[in-house]
Amino acid sequence: MPAEVMPLRERFTQGLDAPICLTWELTYACNLACVHCLSSSGRRDPMELTPAEARHIVDELADMKVFYVNIGGGEPMLRPDFFDLVGYAVDNKVGVKFSTNGTRLTAERARRLAAMDYVDVQVSIDGALASTNDSVRGEGSFAAARTAMDNLAAANFGQFKISVVVTRENVTQLDQFAAIAESYGAQLRLTRFRPSGRGVETWDRLHPTAEQQRMLYHWLLERPDVLTGDSFFHLSALGAPLDGLNLCGAGRVVCLIDPVGDVYACPFVIDKEFLAGNVRGDGGFAAVWRQSDLFRSLREPQSAGACASCGSYDACQGGCMAAKFFTGLPLDGPDPECVFGHGEDALAARDAAAHPGAAIGHSKVDRHGTPIPVPTPVRFRTRALA
Amino acid sequence: MSVTDERVEAPAREFDPDRAWRVHPQVALRDESFGALAYHYGTRRLLFLKSRPLVDLVSALDRFESATAAIESLVPENERAQYTRALARLAKSEVIDAR
Repeated sequence: MPAEVMPLRERFTQGLDAPICLTWELTYACNLACVHCLSSSGRRDPMELTPAEARHIVDELADMKVFYVNIGGGEPMLRPDFFDLVGYAVDNKVGVKFSTNGTRLTAERARRLAAMDYVDVQVSIDGALASTNDSVRGEGSFAAARTAMDNLAAANFGQFKISVVVTRENVTQLDQFAAIAESYGAQLRLTRFRPSGRGVETWDRLHPTAEQQRMLYHWLLERPDVLTGDSFFHLSALGAPLDGLNLCGAGRVVCLIDPVGDVYACPFVIDKEFLAGNVRGDGGFAAVWRQSDLFRSLREPQSAGACASCGSYDACQGGCMAAKFFTGLPLDGPDPECVFGHGEDALAARDAAAHPGAAIGHSKVDRHGTPIPVPTPVRFRTRALA
Repeated sequence: MSVTDERVEAPAREFDPDRAWRVHPQVALRDESFGALAYHYGTRRLLFLKSRPLVDLVSALDRFESATAAIESLVPENERAQYTRALARLAKSEVIDAR
């Protein structure tokens, strides 16, 4: 191609005037309580964006030519204006991909979704069997998700996605996940388990072992049709790069808008350290994206730090910022799941006092303010027809 | 954080430069300092147009009776072969389609 001045990846690390896409979590309300929830969701926040404010964000995204939004939560379908907002987005040429636990995806709603352009649906499961899934997502959640998939298939929705967070327990079921997806003509989407939100508490026991990660890498290399959201780029240090841009896009080409309008560098760093601003401020989302000190600093050249002498730094870029932050590792050092084991060494040496934990959370609490243990069996099926 | 689920464009296959072309109706182009981003709402693919002159050429295709005519009008002679190859790649990934 002519006039090539700079590799594209470097362009992207310096940031774009608008995100390529972004994650927009519509509500912290959730009728499940998954043990690895990246946003510690459960309770709706009273400060959540109003329907009018949410529509205004769509206007802004359309003006900025953001191609699509990844809508999540919480459970986004719990928002009363969910369909209104999705319809408004696609009418304004902002494509929608949304993640759901499926509990509210009735046959009627599946038909409604099937009639819309530019809407992708991702139904989340975290086990290929009810037992594996429900130990993470709550009793009955597997059956509910399968019902949602059945509803989408019956509505001729087309190729929906089945979204799986890869854990130590379900990594042995990759072929079974692929078989479930195939049975629906769906696409399988695997993403990395980060120690974010409630995942801070469960990551140590649930993140894949080093051996499992190597297996996962080879499994993915053989299946380029499996989507990953580019989330396993730390594994590219093992050899041939996985499909995708293989870079951390946080604050550069992606970001998160949370339910109260706070803008974070990415969905996995809901912490004040990575808070860039709020869409309710002067200049709205565009001003946060273009002018926040945090995002500007993320677009500066980053130090490789302790990874500088590693020959694979170009391949993995030091891995995931969120994974490092929430395990208490320095940001300019190895990823906790570094394929060469440097992360494990760093974890062993870390100062436990520096472990930040999850400060911002919307987990459900009992009437004394004590967090309710997760996953909790949730009674949602009787309300699924609402 | 993950960036996209999109794929990098595939290698070129057959492309008929003597036909008339246009930007695919389901494709949105967004100008960038390096050229443009192209998002295909049908295939859900994100692609890159890696230079400004290529963006100008692609955007002008619908004003010419053939891709060849557009290239001859807009691209210096010594660069025409590579622009033809670039259009072939974009045709393969359905950023442009024959009209």
